[in-house]
Amino acid sequence: MKIIACIKQVPDSEAKVKAEGGKVSWGDAPLVINPFDEYAVEGALQQKEATSGTVTALCIGPESAREALKHALAMGADEAILVSDPALNELDTAGAARVLAAAIQKIGADMVVFGRQTLDNGAGITPAQTARILGWPMLGLAGQIKAQDGAVTVERVIEEGRQTVSAKLPAVVSVVQSIGEPRYPSFMGIRKASKANIPVWSLGDLGVSAPEPVVRRTELMNPPAQQTSIEIISGESPAEIAEKLAEKILAEKVL
Amino acid sequence: MKTLVYIDHFKGEVQPASWEALGLAKSLGTASAVIFGSGLDAIAKAAFEHGADDVFVADDPALADYRAEPYAASLSSLASTQSPDLILFPTTARTRELAAMAAIDLNTGVLTDITALESNGDQLVATRPIYEGKVLEKTVCSGKPVMATIRPRAFPKPEPDASRSGTPTKVEAKAEALTKVEGYSASESAVNLGDAGVIVSGGRGVSNNPSLQPPAGMDEKQAELWRAQQGFALITELASVLGGAVGASRAAVDAGYIPYSHQVGQTGKVVTPDLYIACGISGAIQHLVGMRNAKLVVAINKDSDAPIFKQARYGVVGDLFQIVPALTEAFRKKLGK
Repeated sequence: MKIIACIKQVPDSEAKVKAEGGKVSWGDAPLVINPFDEYAVEGALQQKEATSGTVTALCIGPESAREALKHALAMGADEAILVSDPALNELDTAGAARVLAAAIQKIGADMVVFGRQTLDNGAGITPAQTARILGWPMLGLAGQIKAQDGAVTVERVIEEGRQTVSAKLPAVVSVVQSIGEPRYPSFMGIRKASKANIPVWSLGDLGVSAPEPVVRRTELMNPPAQQTSIEIISGESPAEIAEKLAEKILAEKVL
Repeated sequence: MKTLVYIDHFKGEVQPASWEALGLAKSLGTASAVIFGSGLDAIAKAAFEHGADDVFVADDPALADYRAEPYAASLSSLASTQSPDLILFPTTARTRELAAMAAIDLNTGVLTDITALESNGDQLVATRPIYEGKVLEKTVCSGKPVMATIRPRAFPKPEPDASRSGTPTKVEAKAEALTKVEGYSASESAVNLGDAGVIVSGGRGVSNNPSLQPPAGMDEKQAELWRAQQGFALITELASVLGGAVGASRAAVDAGYIPYSHQVGQTGKVVTPDLYIACGISGAIQHLVGMRNAKLVVAINKDSDAPIFKQARYGVVGDLFQIVPALTEAFRKKLGK
């Protein structure tokens, strides 16, 4: 089975991200593979192993995003492709989905695996938009994937419980953490990744023009400062502390 | 302004933020509720009571189980005939998918998880948190209709008025199903943190009760999980007295103490309850960004240097295994439960 894992590069989750001069700044924090996408690579590798398939990691981004693809290669992906083009600087989610769909069609796939969302924009809608453009079924929030005889069954982890859903392949799947902890890159994997040749495709290579963004940012702001004054509740016994704390909470009228 | 409001429900249970979306739509102009599924009379009635000027229902056994493709096709088809200026959704896992697909069909954009919406001349400007709330952006959609999913509890909820009623308008269901629902189990991990008014959360510290003696024959990891279960039982009890939900830190989830669906934080759920009680949670930045917009934060932790205290209004430096049960008892008395 031919599997594509779609990944993105984002600032590390511990980064102190803030709005600065109309731009998002993350200081000197490193750019890393989107943490949710590590689960996508893990899910894709599990399918590769179950079906003797191959995994291609696919990423839209600047040249620096090679590092995220190398992480996927080091985890065990067979090949990686970077879609990079100066015309893609102002991309909204639908635009990203159109570019990904074109790349997926060029590569060819039985299954495309996404992470649930990215840590930066966080809309979580690119997987479904990509599926819609491809006309493929969308199986979102999978905690478990089983592919067999041209069909796929997933167990979805939804707010209300667990739901088993099936579809014919090819299909788009997004995964959640229940898929399993992403494997650590092996020493051999890291060596392989450092030598890998990662092709860069432009929009011309994909035969598409730059999608016109429909959604645009007009302003960037830092959230209002948080109140920081804390009152420590103490007392002679847990019962006394609890009594005082309960009084304080009730007085705030939040219940 | 003419708005369609998608009422999200799971097996007849309406996501409360659907009504918040309806209230927002009413404040902007006329609001038509849109309900898909099978056996929808009660929800249609509730939509009129919550202020809908009109209710569109696609009531069809083929739509009994939510599936993205037929729901998106039904919504796109309705939007094409109604030409609304705006389509609003409560933000849920289902509506992210549904809005995403309908936006492709209608060649427009989706503004997700918005916390404010203002009219600037003839343009709608939405505010939404990005980088998991570390930064806010104002954003506009140049397509029509504008589509937006609203963050639960960010907009006021209209009071239902039982004297309001109306006759729903039937619309056609598009049953282009590409997926099949094979089964469903309401696992005990089912939790809706987004709508919760009160959340009591546990961290790695919940397994750290040395006075508990695990049953004989357990290895170290089993004993740790057993201890964590006892700890989360205390947290669950407090949550239940307060009518709230149980949350957890990533450390607790990663250690296998509690299912992922309870995780609050950057790689879990971002929550905005009125009251958040953090028990045995040190407060890694990835947890803090998930709960810092709670109205009132209370922290209980042994370590007085724990970063969680910097986010809290009230703190107790102490043993959660003593404080949490005592707090449960205190509230039980005060709330008469």
